[in-house]
Amino acid sequence: MADVGRLTRAPARAGRAKPWQLPVALLRGAIVLTALVAWQIMAISGWFYGDVVPTLQLIGAALVKLLSTRDFYWNLWVTVDEVAAGLLIGGISGLVAGLVIGANKFIARAFEPYIYYLGPTPKIIFFPVMIMWFGIGAGSKVAMGAVSCFFPIALNVAAGMRQIDAVLIKVGHSFRANPWQMAIKIYMPAMRHPIINGIRLGLGVALIGTLLAETKISNRGIGFLVIQAYANFNMPQMYAILIVLFVLAIGANTLVARLGGLDTVKSR
Amino acid sequence: MSPAGRATLQRCLPPLVGLSSLVLILAAVEILIRVGLINRFIVPLPSEVAASFGRVIVEEDILHRFLLTAWECLAAGILLTVFGIAIGALLHRVLLLRLACETWVAAMASAPLVLAYPLFLALFGRNSLTIILLAFVAGLAPVILKTIEGLSATRGVLINVGRSFKLTPAQQFWKIYFPSALPTIFVGIRLGLIFALINVVGVEFLINFGGLGQLINDLAERYDLPGTYAAICFVVLVSVVFFVATERAERWLTSAA
Repeated sequence: MADVGRLTRAPARAGRAKPWQLPVALLRGAIVLTALVAWQIMAISGWFYGDVVPTLQLIGAALVKLLSTRDFYWNLWVTVDEVAAGLLIGGISGLVAGLVIGANKFIARAFEPYIYYLGPTPKIIFFPVMIMWFGIGAGSKVAMGAVSCFFPIALNVAAGMRQIDAVLIKVGHSFRANPWQMAIKIYMPAMRHPIINGIRLGLGVALIGTLLAETKISNRGIGFLVIQAYANFNMPQMYAILIVLFVLAIGANTLVARLGGLDTVKSR
Repeated sequence: MSPAGRATLQRCLPPLVGLSSLVLILAAVEILIRVGLINRFIVPLPSEVAASFGRVIVEEDILHRFLLTAWECLAAGILLTVFGIAIGALLHRVLLLRLACETWVAAMASAPLVLAYPLFLALFGRNSLTIILLAFVAGLAPVILKTIEGLSATRGVLINVGRSFKLTPAQQFWKIYFPSALPTIFVGIRLGLIFALINVVGVEFLINFGGLGQLINDLAERYDLPGTYAAICFVVLVSVVFFVATERAERWLTSAA
């Protein structure tokens, strides 16, 4: 869930985009319909082992059953709780680290390479260490979430700090703003987008880190439900959980971007 | 001090401070473990971890594991390069398809696809194919998006030159669009390769199969703490080298373009 670039602007201008809307909607509908029909053919063809590719009816029924059980919401809450705690711990540490690195060139040159190069390593390999340190309960999952989201947030905040317009800082100084006022009135508003972008990226990787940890060793959470469905070979349930999970993850990502005004930045 | 000496000091001092801090932290951990303030059954002595590197390399057949992980990354990298560029080029060429699908591809980039590894296990079994396909799927979106971005940024004057030479669409693509978009496409391939490496090692660890990821899982299950830490350091080192190498290649390509 990294920032993989911006959507390229469609050639048509916003005002003239309307003629495209109907054909685009029709094409999207056709693609979805083709995919569903292809899936159904695969499911009833017998090309795969029984139940590996269940019919759409079975997946739909599993989806309804999943969304109507209390157990799912309880496990969802457990995961949300762990991700939120991880994001909070990793986010605050990342924010502080990013501010310190971004504000001081010497510290940046001394320590930023470690954060920069550790950022893209697969964090799940630290899970055995987290289990030793925090046990097999929620602590190790929260720690995985925190470790995962620390790096993108720290790097984004540091980069954002360096990109602040020098004129804005001069204006703050000319008004004799104290450090607190500088932080609240100048730095934070100017860094809103890098911070939100860091949180968006951090949320994605914290979610992945926490859920993967839950699939490895846990007795609660959405990751546990996925691996339990695999262990019981309940494929319709696994598809249903994955569909809900992907929708929630994409939704959360879009929501954070919208709330932070990143969508307006990207379309500028 | 001469200006040249001062410049050298200014250049070398920060990395030295960074490295010294790391060494100091490790020394402090060593002392805290030795005096009993940190439990050595939870955190091994850094000196033991350093000493176990040789043992892990020799006894755990690390070269073979490294080659297996590298092969899985390479296979996923080839797949995502071929399919990513092809799909990106198709979406760039057919505007309606691009308008319909580009947001889906962007959404795919933000979905935690690696969570589908139990599904891939059920579909393809516990083997390298599962790992390669999962890494491919996870790394595909950035290659597609960056290919579209690169091709869309081709300068109009270059396209007009191609038209004036009456190039066929295929010639136009290979002689104008593709060379112009190559640096941006490589950025996407690099991102895709990084995702692929992360997913390959991660899934190896999770399903206890394959190369370096499985090694960490194996050592952790044997409660070989120094070995586990050494293996983690080794994987971190490999991913850092991989990251630096692809970064250098990207810089070279960007400067050459």
